[in-house]
Amino acid sequence: MPQHTGRSDGDSKVRVLIAKLGLDGHDRGAKVIARALRDAGMEVIYTGLRQTPEMIAEAALQEDVDVVGISMLSGAHLALLPRITELLCESDMEDVLIIAGGIIPDEDVPLLKESGVRAVFGPGTSTSEIADFITANVRA
Amino acid sequence: MELVEQALSGSRRAIARLITLIENEGDGAPAAIVQLYPFTGRAYVIGVTGAPGTGKSTLVNELVKSYRAAGHRVAVVAVDATSPFTGGAILGDRVRMGDLDKDPDVFVRSMATRGNLGGLAWTTADVVKVLDAVGYDTIFIETVGTGQVEVEIAQMAHTVVVVEMPGMGDEVQSIKAGILEIGDVFVVNKSDREGVERTVAGLEMMLNLGRANTSRKIAGYGYLMPILASQETGTPHFSGEQTPAGSRSHWQPLVVKTVATQGNGIPELAQAIDSHRDYLEASKELQRRNQARLVNEVERIVRHHMMNHLLDRVDRMRLIEIMSRVVTREVDPHTAARQLVHEARG
Repeated sequence: MPQHTGRSDGDSKVRVLIAKLGLDGHDRGAKVIARALRDAGMEVIYTGLRQTPEMIAEAALQEDVDVVGISMLSGAHLALLPRITELLCESDMEDVLIIAGGIIPDEDVPLLKESGVRAVFGPGTSTSEIADFITANVRA
Repeated sequence: MELVEQALSGSRRAIARLITLIENEGDGAPAAIVQLYPFTGRAYVIGVTGAPGTGKSTLVNELVKSYRAAGHRVAVVAVDATSPFTGGAILGDRVRMGDLDKDPDVFVRSMATRGNLGGLAWTTADVVKVLDAVGYDTIFIETVGTGQVEVEIAQMAHTVVVVEMPGMGDEVQSIKAGILEIGDVFVVNKSDREGVERTVAGLEMMLNLGRANTSRKIAGYGYLMPILASQETGTPHFSGEQTPAGSRSHWQPLVVKTVATQGNGIPELAQAIDSHRDYLEASKELQRRNQARLVNEVERIVRHHMMNHLLDRVDRMRLIEIMSRVVTREVDPHTAARQLVHEARG
C-alpha cells in the first residue's frame, strides 16, 4: 500500500555538514556552497567558523550526515583534514563522502585524496559541479 | 531491532542512525518506535520558541551548559525550515552551539521541517522519543523562528520558553492570540539593548491580565481530548487529579532578562524553568500535560492515516474531478469534503 506522508517529498534527504576547519575567518565561500546545496534540495548543517577536527567529526556523527564538506583557506589542510577522515573511521563512518574546498595547492591534492578526501574543489568551481559530484557519489 | 538495542545501550552512532530512520519514515521506523516506547516518558522536555534572530540557539547553548553543570544528560533537537521551493534546508543552529560538541553527555540533532507547518517537523515527537528512551533526561526542542501561530511546541514540551527581544513591536503584539499564550517562561534576550524595560513592561502587562485557565492546551485543540476530559465520559485517567490543597492552581508566567552571548541571566532562566517544573509536578498539571500530549499525538497520527486511507480508496481521476468542480465553483469545499469522506467509506 502506498504511503502518502503529507509532505512535499517522500524519501530521504542528502544531509551535508559544511564546516570551516581551522583558524581562518573567511566563510563567504562556505556559505555560498551551503546555500547552493540547499537549492539543490539537500539538508545542509552549517556549523560555522573555527572548528576542530574533533568538533566536526562529532557533529557529523550526531547529525548522521552523508557528506562532510570542509572549507579551508589557512594552509593547515595537510595537518587537519586527514585527522577528520581518521576520526570518522573510528566512528564507523568511513562511508561518509568527504570533500574539501578553499585554497589548496594542486600538489597537495593527491596527498589529501590518499587520506580519504574524495574531491577538492578550488576557487572558480561552479556550485552545480559540487552538487552534481555529491549526487553522483553519495552513499545509496 | 539491532539498531534500537545498540542505541539503548548507548551507541551514539546508533542513536544518530535511528533518528535518521525515523526522520525518513523508513521501513523499520514503526517497529523501532514500538520497541522504544516502553523506555520513554522519563525526560523533561523544554521548548524554546520565538521570532527569528531573537537568540534561541545561543540561549539553548547556555542553558545546556547550565543543566550539564547540574549533572543532567542533555539533548537538543533544533528545527529549521525546509525551503518549500527546493526541498532543501540550511540547518544553522549548531553555529551557536559549538560549546557542546566536546561533551559526550550532550547530543544535538538538527532537523528540517520537511514541509510541516507549526514550527516543528512531523517526526519531531518521535525523534524526542529516541532521545528520551536512550537516557537523555533533559531535552530541549528549539523551534523554527516562529511568528504567531506556530504553537505545536505547546503540545510537545513540558515547559515552553518564549524568547523576545527589545524593539520587536508594541503592546498590541503582546495581546494577540498565539505564541504569547503558550509561554510558561518569557525571556527578553539582548537585554543590553535599548527599550528593554518597555518590552518587559509590555509582557508583564499582558501576563498580569491573567489567563483563561491552566488547562487551555487541553481545551484548545483537537477532537479526542475534550471527550476524554469531559465530566460525563472522563475516566480517572483523564478527568484530571484534584489540585492538592495549598498548592498554586495557577501558574503566573515569569519574565527573565538575559544577554545570552555573555551568559547573563542564564542561572535565573534555569531557575524559572525549574520553578515551572516544580509547579507542574505539585499541581499534577504535569500529568495532565503528558496525557494531553499523547492523546493529541494519537489524534494527529489518526488524521494522517485517515487521509492515507482516503487516498487509497478514492480513485485519482475521481479526486481530480471533485477538486476541479470546487475550483470552477460548481461544488463548495464542504460538500466536496463530505463527498470524499463518503466515497472513502464505500
